[in-house]
Amino acid sequence: MIFTDYLFYLFSSILVLASLRVITANNPVYSALSLVLAFFSAAGIWLLLHAEFLAIALVLVYVGAVMVLFLFVVMMLDINIEALKQRFWSYFPVALLIALLFIFEIYLVVTDKFFSSLDPVGIPLEKSNTHSIGSVLYTDYLLPFQVAAVILLVAIISAIVLTMHGKKSHKAIDPKDQIKVNRNDRVRVVKMKSEKKK
Amino acid sequence: MQEFFSQFFSSDVALTLSYLFKIILIVIPVMISVAYLTYFERRVIGFMQSRIGPNRVGYFGLLQPIADALKLMFKEIVLPTKSNNFLFFLAPLLSIAPALAAWAVIPFDYEMVLADINAGLLYVLAMTSIAVYGVIIAGWASNSKYAFLGSLRSAAQIVSYEIAMGFTLVGVLMCANSLNLGDIVIAQEGGISQWYCWPLFPLFIIYFISAVAETNRAPFDVAEGESEIVAGFHVEYSGMAFALFFLAEYANMILVSILAVIMFLGGWLSPVSFIPDGIFWLIIKVAFVLFCFLWLRATFPRYRYDQIMRLGWKVFIPLTLVWIIFVGAMMQTRYAGYFH
Repeated sequence: MIFTDYLFYLFSSILVLASLRVITANNPVYSALSLVLAFFSAAGIWLLLHAEFLAIALVLVYVGAVMVLFLFVVMMLDINIEALKQRFWSYFPVALLIALLFIFEIYLVVTDKFFSSLDPVGIPLEKSNTHSIGSVLYTDYLLPFQVAAVILLVAIISAIVLTMHGKKSHKAIDPKDQIKVNRNDRVRVVKMKSEKKK
Repeated sequence: MQEFFSQFFSSDVALTLSYLFKIILIVIPVMISVAYLTYFERRVIGFMQSRIGPNRVGYFGLLQPIADALKLMFKEIVLPTKSNNFLFFLAPLLSIAPALAAWAVIPFDYEMVLADINAGLLYVLAMTSIAVYGVIIAGWASNSKYAFLGSLRSAAQIVSYEIAMGFTLVGVLMCANSLNLGDIVIAQEGGISQWYCWPLFPLFIIYFISAVAETNRAPFDVAEGESEIVAGFHVEYSGMAFALFFLAEYANMILVSILAVIMFLGGWLSPVSFIPDGIFWLIIKVAFVLFCFLWLRATFPRYRYDQIMRLGWKVFIPLTLVWIIFVGAMMQTRYAGYFH
């Protein structure tokens, strides 16, 4: 075994343990942090496969942005774990069915010809990783790439629309109005003669 | 370096040792700069506010950072009741580790870089985006209202400004045709007129302001907000645990300044042809950018929180997008030479 093999086993065991912690941890914050660790180990494995662009993008997008927002929400939740645990056994049969289905699907994918023909070590590219991905993405896969972009745009617009429900319900002041404020709107100078003491 | 060690050890060990030695060569100057940046900050702001600043320990107060470090080392680390012990101590480590790890790809001169990787710019972005975890976890694990509010503010702010910062970097990599930091500097060769701060001037300004916001410095320091939430996410920390947050903040400041210099101000390149290039140019430029950080802090009052968010989302992100499209369009015209 060479050094990278040891690294592979290190990263994959951390990945498996962290993924298990995601579903077994009692505290949702621990679950979210374990998921971060799982992403990190996955990025490490991708680095070993010479996919440095994908590895860094995984850290940048999922660890740096998505999970931060996840953690943000999870931290503010007040979850009663005991109440959730009570209904564990009533959900168990359905969960078991889904799990078995999932394992079967993974088995079908992994034993497929496509996977057995792949080189598990990975081949270093001639050009830089970013360059190769870019050239494939903008030539061979141009249409799927643009379709994905349009779907993203729709998602962005719908997210904006969801937050705007007609009537203004908050008390925040529009900065435009704040800037436009005029002295005469707020202060009135009254000129009057000084009064004499009687 | 590797040749030197290979006289005494086998080649693998020599390679590892030479890398370790290079890491020490980077980390120790960074730590010394962090220490003296705090001294520099107190003196500069002191003079700007017609005060003297620290001048008692050593000549001109030059030993002040060392005295501060010693004081922090001997202080007790207080653990708040009902805090989460493990995460409480993990948080400072999570904020200092990425702040130091990002230095691995920074080029200091031709061939003077620890890891010359192709996706260097992305790596730096990824590392700086991890730093937010230290802040979030610190706020949550402290079990304190102020710390929690501070960490929420800071996390939202860092996530928002990271987007604008990422877009400014897109402009740079369009001009340089590379994500490698060394290549970006070399693409700016040929005197001050070739630096990217001219064709990408709006992006340079946006990068600088986003960098101030990313590092939670005044006037964007609502995460600490002494007057509102005491000290934000690190209010419960003391001793070396607090010192680690402090080190991380200043190491990040130096990091974003050095990135600004590499991407927009020509890195180690000399502005005029009759003075040779060299690492001293990098140091001078970084010192100037850091001085601007302190200058901003001494000049402006703190932003209001909703205005920070508005500036990030509604002003900077559209502006950077427009300038990226403009640069892309100009590259198709006969003026393309100005943008490379």
